Amino acid sequence: MNSYDIVIVGGGPAGLAAAVAARESGNDSILIIERDKELGGILNQCIHNGFGLHTFKEELTGPEYADRFKKKVFELGIDYKLGTMVMNIERDRTVTAMNREDGMFTIPAKAVILAMGCRERARGALNIPGYRPAGIFSAGCAQRLVNIEGYMPGKEVVILGSGDIGLIMARRMTLEGAKVKLVAELMPYSGGLKRNIVQCLDDFGIPLKLSHTVVDIEGKEHIEAVTIAEVGSDRKPVPGTEERYTCDTLLLSCGLIPENELSVSAGIEMSPVTGGPFVNESLETNISGVFACGNVLHVHDLVDYVSEEAKRAGQNAVKYIENGCREGDTTGSVEISAENGARYTVPKTIDVGRMEDLLNVRFRVGDVYKDSFVSVYFDDERVVHNKKRIMSPGEMEQIVLKKDELIKRKELKKITVMIENE
Amino acid sequence: MYDVVIIGAGVTGAAIASELAKYDIKTCILEKCSDVCEGTSKANSAIIHAGYDAAEGSLKAKLNVRGNEMMDKLCEDLDIPFKRIGSLVVCIYKEALPGLKELYDRGIKNGVKGLKLLSREEALTMEPNLSDDTQGALFAPSAGIICPFELNIGMAEIAAMNGAEFKLNTEVKDIKKDNDGKFRIITSNGEYTARYVVNAAGVYADVIHNMVSTQKMHITQRRGDYCLLDKQAGGYVNHVIFPQPTELGKGVLISPTVHGNLIVGPTAIETEDKEGTGTTAEGIGELTQKAGSHVKNIPMNKVITSFAGLRAHEDGNDFIIGEAEDVPGFIDCAGIESPGLSSCPAIGEMVCVILDKLMNLKKKENVITKRKAVRRTEGLSTEEMNLLIKENPAYGNVICRCESITEGEILDAIHRPLGATTLDGIKRRTRAGMGRCQAGFCMPRTMEILSRELGIKYEDITKSGGSSNIVLERTKEEA
Repeated sequence: MNSYDIVIVGGGPAGLAAAVAARESGNDSILIIERDKELGGILNQCIHNGFGLHTFKEELTGPEYADRFKKKVFELGIDYKLGTMVMNIERDRTVTAMNREDGMFTIPAKAVILAMGCRERARGALNIPGYRPAGIFSAGCAQRLVNIEGYMPGKEVVILGSGDIGLIMARRMTLEGAKVKLVAELMPYSGGLKRNIVQCLDDFGIPLKLSHTVVDIEGKEHIEAVTIAEVGSDRKPVPGTEERYTCDTLLLSCGLIPENELSVSAGIEMSPVTGGPFVNESLETNISGVFACGNVLHVHDLVDYVSEEAKRAGQNAVKYIENGCREGDTTGSVEISAENGARYTVPKTIDVGRMEDLLNVRFRVGDVYKDSFVSVYFDDERVVHNKKRIMSPGEMEQIVLKKDELIKRKELKKITVMIENE
Repeated sequence: MYDVVIIGAGVTGAAIASELAKYDIKTCILEKCSDVCEGTSKANSAIIHAGYDAAEGSLKAKLNVRGNEMMDKLCEDLDIPFKRIGSLVVCIYKEALPGLKELYDRGIKNGVKGLKLLSREEALTMEPNLSDDTQGALFAPSAGIICPFELNIGMAEIAAMNGAEFKLNTEVKDIKKDNDGKFRIITSNGEYTARYVVNAAGVYADVIHNMVSTQKMHITQRRGDYCLLDKQAGGYVNHVIFPQPTELGKGVLISPTVHGNLIVGPTAIETEDKEGTGTTAEGIGELTQKAGSHVKNIPMNKVITSFAGLRAHEDGNDFIIGEAEDVPGFIDCAGIESPGLSSCPAIGEMVCVILDKLMNLKKKENVITKRKAVRRTEGLSTEEMNLLIKENPAYGNVICRCESITEGEILDAIHRPLGATTLDGIKRRTRAGMGRCQAGFCMPRTMEILSRELGIKYEDITKSGGSSNIVLERTKEEA
């Protein structure tokens, strides 16, 4: 096996953007490892439009969006391996992977970029009681069956969870002739984008029941019905509110989990909030030379932000190599703390010396906030106080930190991001 | 015309079939489901009990201890994992300590080896996550953990390789005993005749028995809900941990599985429904609460799936194994609840002895006694993997990412005696789809392989036979 400077694990939107950026930053020894039969990742099954408004100022479908990056990868002559699963990543950045043609092989890399994306939370983790018949799918699995394989799981659909894939599939199944009876969401707010609720549910008259969940699944061989009940503020079903819906399909869109098995076994420290690695301003994990971007780092709302983030990971990996692959503590001296409604931030620490002139700090809120303020404190001093009409857990928020402002404050130890009512 | 027809291809039926297959007789196994191991055998604690629990002199006690002794050799022959990790019965009330001693004494009488009463300190040293209330424990080093699927499938394969005929999707509707003493078994899939019938029908053993006998039998289904936890929680305990038993059963246990997960269960809820394997919120809630009494802070947020199994409890509270009094030639194996899994090879042996007396069994020549399990790639070195992939490139293609199961393993599961024909069949033979994403990733990929290898349409692929089809139809009619 050839050796490479940079190995990118995953050829979805994050991996592709990271590869292109690394190549354009001057490195020509890059390998993308993709487990599927083609590059593009989950975008290949996202045949709806709405991608690329920020990146390309136009509305593209998922495959079209992926194609823009794939073309660049081809033009730039970046190496990639398809149908190849990364089996292990070592602390010393040795990547072990496997496929039919090459067998199992290892590549000692100078830098590794983690771009494995995320997976869907399964029924088991949701603890839904009842039978375990056929006809229950994660929304993304159903999306693959419908859009890639070309098969309909069923005709009468109930969807649990209002994550974006669930909302998209509500519309998709409807367009394919199925009756989507309702979308039930455990939380008092949707987990997806507002625009998807409007375009995928409201426009098709599909009801969204907030604070509702599935409390029973009927059908011994194939699903026949589900019982939906309202939940109280403790998220427990309220007796007497049960409603039965016959169905032949139950789709689950109940959250995405960054896919970090490889990262954990490599010894990368993980955030219990995001399920992704803790990273510094360069998107570097606690292991020098291992970077993370896209949904493996934290679940994004828009692919445009994935691409933007991945571009920085690619550039920073090249910088790391150019600077001599220094080992050591990657933690920046300034910590960013998410408090009071802000659940986390990416990055988690900043090395002011290494940071770019402008640094995007992304985060999500833990509840719906109306007419509230995003505040940023430099130690005890409030430096940002932006009013937002609405913030919800389904959408990412961001603040921009300026390098020159941080340089001015030599003693700065902690930046706090929080939500304030006034 | 068969010499023996066995009804049911769970662990009991499979054990009997693999034992009978050593003899020069014609055996047929009728199974109503699409695969072996589809009933009680697929949903239980996956424990090989030591044998201190059942009453002295009972069949349960005798066959449990004997089955436990047979397990090492059997698992070696079947090429399946079995780990004697030992069990602890934990006492959390001082006043209940005499109960532990009783259990110990009973175990000694039952012939259980190596039993030891442990002090609180000894128990906590062995298992630091036991409850702070722990007063003492009974240690049984001979208890173990096993994969019930592989045990069941392995025994069935051995039987099939030795010529036993398995008729799947074949539900027994009625049994007639003709004047010439032969049995006519009417099924959903034609009629079968046999000189002897073995009833190993699990929760349906009463229904089958009552088809021929006037001495009615009654089986009660006791549902057990279980939670299976992620491998991240697999090392939370190192032994099978039981509370002190009650009249309803051995209580909620916590144990590692042979594959490195953690299992918590079962409940004991009586149900009239012989297919009533749905879990309930109450059942799952009860598990969390009860398991928490003897092991502290179980990481229940790591649950990857929950399921329920039915134990076939007979009113007499013991296994019923023997010829039905009023029906010569009809052998019952009924009430095979816990410790049924542990006892199954001994049940097979016992049924052979019974049949030998009735029909004078003759040993067959060239009996196959060993089989190779689906070849695992887990734990292979790079060199071993590369040899394998060179031989068959399908071993380089990972299908189930959670459990790292390759296409090669799935092909092996499909193309072997009694090979997998369903998604669950592949899951139980290879573990594909059994990990933390619960087949969200690999299901379409496994379907592709099943469709290609078996030459069946996507629409005809099922989760577990019957009407458990995965997809309904094509999105758009092809032009």
